Formats: sequence, structure tokens, C-alpha cells
Amino acid sequence: MTRFAIPIAIFVALLVLLGIGLKLDPREVPSPLIGKPAPHFELPELHRAAKTFSERDMRGKVWVLNVWASWCVSCREEHPVLLDLAASGEVPIYGLNYKDRREDGLAWLKGMGDPYKLSIFDLDGRVGIDYGVYGVPETYVIDKAGVIRYKRIGPLTPEIVKEKVLPLVRELGRA
Amino acid sequence: MLRPLALLLLACLAAPAASKEAAPAAADPVLEKRVMALAEELRCLVCQNQTLADSNAPLAEDLRNQVREKMRQGKSDAEVVEFLVERYGDFVLYRPPLKATTVLLWFGPMLLLAVGFVVLLRRVRRRRQAEAPGMSDAERKRAAELLAGSEPR
Repeated sequence: MTRFAIPIAIFVALLVLLGIGLKLDPREVPSPLIGKPAPHFELPELHRAAKTFSERDMRGKVWVLNVWASWCVSCREEHPVLLDLAASGEVPIYGLNYKDRREDGLAWLKGMGDPYKLSIFDLDGRVGIDYGVYGVPETYVIDKAGVIRYKRIGPLTPEIVKEKVLPLVRELGRA
Repeated sequence: MLRPLALLLLACLAAPAASKEAAPAAADPVLEKRVMALAEELRCLVCQNQTLADSNAPLAEDLRNQVREKMRQGKSDAEVVEFLVERYGDFVLYRPPLKATTVLLWFGPMLLLAVGFVVLLRRVRRRRQAEAPGMSDAERKRAAELLAGSEPR
């Protein structure tokens, strides 16, 4: 019996390890941007192309930057969550309309509701690259000093908002 | 958990059909060679098992363009890599740097090999000992007699 004890132990350990591996989401790449100043941008607004918006305009406030696009399927899933978060009035949400067509982006907001204070328009995805975007939707929580404190790759869920985003926003708001 | 994965897979499958062929090799073939050589070393974040050079995902195309642009500005390979790592982390590198967190990744396989080797060595040695048991005095005496050629009765 003891002959087999070691191989079986190794086998079980391997199973556990692989099982944990299966549960991990390979899309969740730790972002090197956490704790770093939000990269600078100056982009035209989606609704008013003549006006620009910059992350510097948000100094002194805690805010959420949400990267979205009308072609992004998961954004559709996420949208009601954003609408709820916006309605709660806890934190202003700004949208980054990523590699989209202006008319498509506008139509999307008109049809589904607009949770954003305003959206900016990143046609060629340059700002997206600066923010390390690769899987829309992505969401950032940025503090009063303009430092990125949290990043979510993939759609926000009500649980994530409740357990991660809101507590963080409240904590940062007190700071 | 599964749905984003399936979508991703779909996107990866659909991307080549939808996207144009890679932009015609730029006017500068030397530069293009450098871009592609570096892109071979970098991971596409959308289709994570492809290199930036292989992938036709729109983001990979954008990132290749960024690499090309940086090189045109006279940036070295190392500087371009740093630009990407600042944004996407070490994950973009197919050759992760040697750090405290990657020591196991780098030396784990060698460690396993060494452990395997030690186990093998011990087994072989034990077996050899089992196969060559010592002789008792009586056996030794008999062997000597056999060798001397006097068959005892």
C-alpha cells in the first residue's frame, strides 16, 4: 500500500494545482498601472467634437473611467451596471469611446441610456494603448491625485461594484 | 467565466477574415525586419498564445504600428519593450525578466530535472546493491574450490 502512497500524493497535488489553474482567468493580467499616475490624454468629446477633455480636468476628484465601444458585446452586458452606478450618484463616470465610429457611439448611448458625465472619443486607440487597454470594457478608478487605484478588465458586475468599486471610491473620497 | 473566453476565441477566429492583409512592407525593409523581429518576442494580449507578429487582432496591428513608429523615432529595441511593459506589464514578454516572482518559472524545470536525476541515481544504486549480495564464508570457500578445479564430493 505504501508503495503507491507517494505517486498518489503527487497525482493529487498535480490535480489540485491544475484545478486551480483552470479556475484562473488568463485575461486577468495584473496591470502595471495600479498606483501610477493616470497617463495624460487630451481628447475631443463624443458629443461635442470641438471640446476636449483631459484627465487633468478631474484633479481633486475621485472618478471612474470606463472604456467602451458600440461594437463591444460585453459592454452591452455591463451597461445596466454602469447605469445603476451612475444613478447612485456615488462617483462620476467618464467614458472612453474606444476605436468606434462617432455616430455608432452616439446611437448606442441614445438607445441604451448614457451613464457618463461625458465620453471622450479615441478613434485610433492611442489613449487606449497608454492605458494598457486590450479587452474592452475596462474600468479604472482614479483618485484625487490622479493616480490609478483599481483596474478591471472585462465587464463590471453588480458584485464587483458593491465589493470593490464602491468601498474603494468611498475610502478615496474620505482621503 | 466561459462566455468571455468563447467570445475571445470567436474574435480570434474571425479577426483574420475581417482584417486586411498586414500593411504592405513599409518603404523601409530594414525597419520592417526590426519591427517583426521584436514583435516575435512580444505577446498579443487579445489572442494570448500568439505573438504580436502573428496576430491579426486589431490591437496587435495597432501595437505593431506603435513599435514601428517608436523605432522610426530612433528608439532602441529595449526602449520600445519598456514602453510596452509600462502599459501591459511583463506579461507582454515571451521571455520574462528574472525577478523574485519569476525565479520558479526560470529555474523550476531545472530543479525538477535535478530532483528526477537524484531519485534515479538512488534507485540505480539501490538495485545494484540488491543484485550483488555479499557471499557467506561457506559460499566463498566453495567458490575458491571450484576455481581451483577440485570438485568436492
